Amino acid sequence: MRELLAAGLILLGLPFFIASTLGLLRFHDVYARLHALTKADNVGLGLICLGLALQASSLAVALKILLIWGLILLASSTGATLISTSALQHGPSPLRLDDRDPDAGR
Amino acid sequence: MKHALSHLAVTTDVLFALLAAFLIALSLVSIFTARHLIRRLLALNILSSAVFLLLVLTARTADGIDPVPHALVLTGIVVSVSTTAVVLALYLRRYRREPPC
Amino acid sequence: MLAVDLLLTLAALATAGQCLLLPGLFRAVTNLMAFGLVMALIWVRLDAPDVALAEAAIGAGITGALLLTALGQLPASQRQLQHVNYRFPHLFIPITIIVLFIGSLVWAAMLSLPKLGLVKEIAATLPYSGAEHAVTAILLNLRGVDTLLEIAVMLCAVAAIWSLQQAIPPPVLAGVNYPGLTTLARWLHPLFLLTFCYFLWQGTHAPGGAFPAGAVLGAGGVLLLLTSNIEWMHQRAYNPLLRWLLSAGLLLFLATALSGFLMTGTLYGLPPPLAGYFIIAIEVATALSIALMLMTFYLFGRPGNWP
Repeated sequence: MRELLAAGLILLGLPFFIASTLGLLRFHDVYARLHALTKADNVGLGLICLGLALQASSLAVALKILLIWGLILLASSTGATLISTSALQHGPSPLRLDDRDPDAGR
Repeated sequence: MKHALSHLAVTTDVLFALLAAFLIALSLVSIFTARHLIRRLLALNILSSAVFLLLVLTARTADGIDPVPHALVLTGIVVSVSTTAVVLALYLRRYRREPPC
Repeated sequence: MLAVDLLLTLAALATAGQCLLLPGLFRAVTNLMAFGLVMALIWVRLDAPDVALAEAAIGAGITGALLLTALGQLPASQRQLQHVNYRFPHLFIPITIIVLFIGSLVWAAMLSLPKLGLVKEIAATLPYSGAEHAVTAILLNLRGVDTLLEIAVMLCAVAAIWSLQQAIPPPVLAGVNYPGLTTLARWLHPLFLLTFCYFLWQGTHAPGGAFPAGAVLGAGGVLLLLTSNIEWMHQRAYNPLLRWLLSAGLLLFLATALSGFLMTGTLYGLPPPLAGYFIIAIEVATALSIALMLMTFYLFGRPGNWP
């Protein structure tokens, strides 16, 4: 039962990774790519970490795996803030709703 | 002949030895042909990683894992980051925007 | 497992190729950092967890931070890579020749001959060395002379950098512009210290030890330097202390080697009953020195210019 649940959680996490990779490759500017990367990546990684923690041999190992998830949440959210702040200051501004997307239909 | 060829079966060791050979070739060519100094520094870093890969591969003996090459690689990693830092400091001494001294 | 090996090989080749062949300096540096991470996974796959820990902290972390900071200091004329028009034979012929040469050399020297390691000899001497983990025993006792010289090389590198120029004044990132970074550094700093102590404690009996511990603490210190939370390093009054701390690892190592010489008659011959205490002392001093040296590398010059 536990094995099945772990495999299910890991399989559930994989589509998030695929979607975020697609978003990273196909979205049109920095901000949208960051959105795809951080949101989907965190949930996907969380599901995979939960699945792996269920399979872990002891409670200490499971807690270490969950600690990895927490650290990556912290680091990736800070990294995304840094990238978007410096992109706002030095790069192009984000597209508004009424802007015409130059890459639409490409 | 059969004995000699039996080592060429694709195992982990052979695969990573091939990877090391490719990395050494790529970084050697890049060290000699790259125009930008920092590109050469990156090539030097990759070259040292490839040599460490060969060293760690020699550690996988029939008796088990030989820890001596691991210790060598550990010291080597730290020495290679020292080299990188010295080269970057030399480079910045020449090209930094406003030299403070 | 061969599929994992194949994926790792392809990832290493792809990142190394993008790092060395495609235009764009920033892209090259980020690809080198990705290459370091892939190499760390390869070390895990090749049963070298000590190397993997050090590579993840140094190869992917500190080297990348050094290169990116240096790129940020360069003028625009130097940041541009001239476009190199690689034609097909220019790259293909030398790479093929070198791959064939190295590949045949590797096959002749490593894969076809029986590998003679020192596994049994080390297992036999391990009880007398003062550490239960073989890599730590080799680094700090059995082949301690190598590590001694390696620390000396690092100290020489620090001396070379300090003799070149004065340190970069600390960047003023810590203000309004990047609020997340200072918080992250402040939150993560206890965790870096905890990991440092954990690796030191673990080093005597499991993968860990002075080098990964020093690398982790150095990486955390670079993060603190980035947010300019370490001001004492730049103040003139603390400069003598900084110099003593930097050389503490080498000095303690030398003292151990000399006391071993006095006690047993051979340089670095530690008497087995006391070896454990000596190893712990050297481990702590070496790790602290390595961490501080990695942090001073990041300054690219001689600190201590502030009153």
